[in-house]
Amino acid sequence: MHVPDGFINAPASVATAVVAAGAVAVSLRGARRELDDRTAPLAGLVAAFIFAAQMLNFPVAAGTSGHLLGGALAAILVGPYTGVLVLSVVLLMQSVLFADGGLTALGVNITIMGIVTVVVAYVLFRGLVKILPRARRSVTVAAFVAALVSVPASAAAFTFLFAVAGTTDVPVGTMLTAMVGVHILIGVGEAAITALTVGAVIAVRPDLVYGARGRLAAPLKLRVGGELVDAAPESTPEPVAARSPLKVWTVGLAASLLLAGFVSFYASASPDGLEKVAADKGFDSQAEEHSGADWLFADYGVRDLANERLSGGLAGTIGVGVTLALGSGVFWAVRSRRTNTPATAADNSHVSESV
Amino acid sequence: MGAGHAHRLYRHGHTPLHALPPHCKLAAVLCFVVVVVSTPREAVWAFGLYAVLLASVAAVARLPALFVLRRMLIEVPFVAFAVLMPFVAQGERVDVLGLSLSVNGLWGAWNVLAKGTLGVAASVILASTTELRALLLGLQRLKLPPLLVQIASFMIRYGDVIADEMRRMRIARESRGFQAKGVRHWGVLGKTAGALFIRSYERGERVHLAMISRGYAGTMPVIDEVTATRRQWSRALTLPLLALPICLLGWTTL
Repeated sequence: MHVPDGFINAPASVATAVVAAGAVAVSLRGARRELDDRTAPLAGLVAAFIFAAQMLNFPVAAGTSGHLLGGALAAILVGPYTGVLVLSVVLLMQSVLFADGGLTALGVNITIMGIVTVVVAYVLFRGLVKILPRARRSVTVAAFVAALVSVPASAAAFTFLFAVAGTTDVPVGTMLTAMVGVHILIGVGEAAITALTVGAVIAVRPDLVYGARGRLAAPLKLRVGGELVDAAPESTPEPVAARSPLKVWTVGLAASLLLAGFVSFYASASPDGLEKVAADKGFDSQAEEHSGADWLFADYGVRDLANERLSGGLAGTIGVGVTLALGSGVFWAVRSRRTNTPATAADNSHVSESV
Repeated sequence: MGAGHAHRLYRHGHTPLHALPPHCKLAAVLCFVVVVVSTPREAVWAFGLYAVLLASVAAVARLPALFVLRRMLIEVPFVAFAVLMPFVAQGERVDVLGLSLSVNGLWGAWNVLAKGTLGVAASVILASTTELRALLLGLQRLKLPPLLVQIASFMIRYGDVIADEMRRMRIARESRGFQAKGVRHWGVLGKTAGALFIRSYERGERVHLAMISRGYAGTMPVIDEVTATRRQWSRALTLPLLALPICLLGWTTL
């Protein structure tokens, strides 16, 4: 479901566009590290694949059918950076060519459908693959869970955006319950398709499943005189000079603080949105009604919400906190992948030639 | 898939709109949509004027109304969402045909429908008067990162190839008597998607090797730089410049 023009107000559209642009810039660098000069053709072809796979119909029951959204699948198969890039390109093209999703809402669409799904799915997938035993089955199970969670997470992100900067004040709790509820159903379908697809790829080319590299790829063995011997270890390429994450961290923190201030300023400047809902209903009652569902709001609704500025600041702080957590989650996942597999089967061509 | 040289989204023509440089058109559409989105929703007449503006642009491009309207059907899923709004939004309520609807929700639904529809119409007109390749050149000219443009161009270039590959797989499945009827058959379809991914990825590797052997070193040479004269810019920006006073008037008469 692509967000059209006019659904989210202008300041929030600008803010999400900045977030999306930042994420795409980071992903461009990251993808270059993942794929070097193969980025353009490979990411392009994967984007074409996601585009085509979205057209593959999965019949559910009489008459109805579902299709893949592809965020989790892209994250697991080609990695988070390339995944974000691929989805952003797909969304950009859908917006420009097919008018699917508004031009001004492009930032919103990339943020909720590209970044949130990919990051949630990848962090979850990596975590699960680490915990579960080394087996093909656990990779499919991890793919299932990652895809299952990524879809409602995206819906929750949309609801959050809509609550802060939507153009209509729909009760947040009701909307969150409805959106997440519907998207859990969609997520089950997405999860099944993603797990089946990842399973099919793993059965044929396990080295192509980016998220499971180093967990499944057995070391290359050559048959010499009827005996299996380990192939000479590939000359491991010099790892990319690891820059201190501190710089990225500080810049990211500054940017997100700036954004948070910007958004919360506008959110409290305009009467509709979160503050309006909060003033109308009070979050305390909401928190009781949906104590489990909207923990984010319930948590700070207990505090002094009459003070608009404070609540705006809190919203900003929470936003920064979430951003930080997500960001460090990605870094953690990426770093652990690197340390875990110093000599990954990065050189696919070699493996595919010799297998 | 037809054997035409242009994409089916594009409608060939020789109108002033077709002749405009792509980046001017992209900028114009973006400005127009921004203006539309920032118009207050209470100024109902303003949206009527915007629609008239767009209709005249479509007339200049000689696009049949039916063609544009059919392409605009993409918006339907969100219309459903908009229709729900008056029922779930809060605030003061009003009785329409025996249904209790929220005033705020009605305004919200109108807001989304009007702005969304205008945005979709503008995008449809852009896509049907600009060739795909030109659109990509325009994006590059508007300083989109070159790598992103390259990825997009590969996606467009191989999109039909991959879609055809998928179509061949479907024909192969069906010619062996397979028909997907329900969840039980998802395994087969999942394997199809997996195989499609592997084929796409391997094709990407082959394409990369072919590019390297022709001297690719990370950047694509720009052969056909698109340029625009001042006159073309002013022509393209007529649309948002006409829309801007409407928006301002909408704010003042609030």
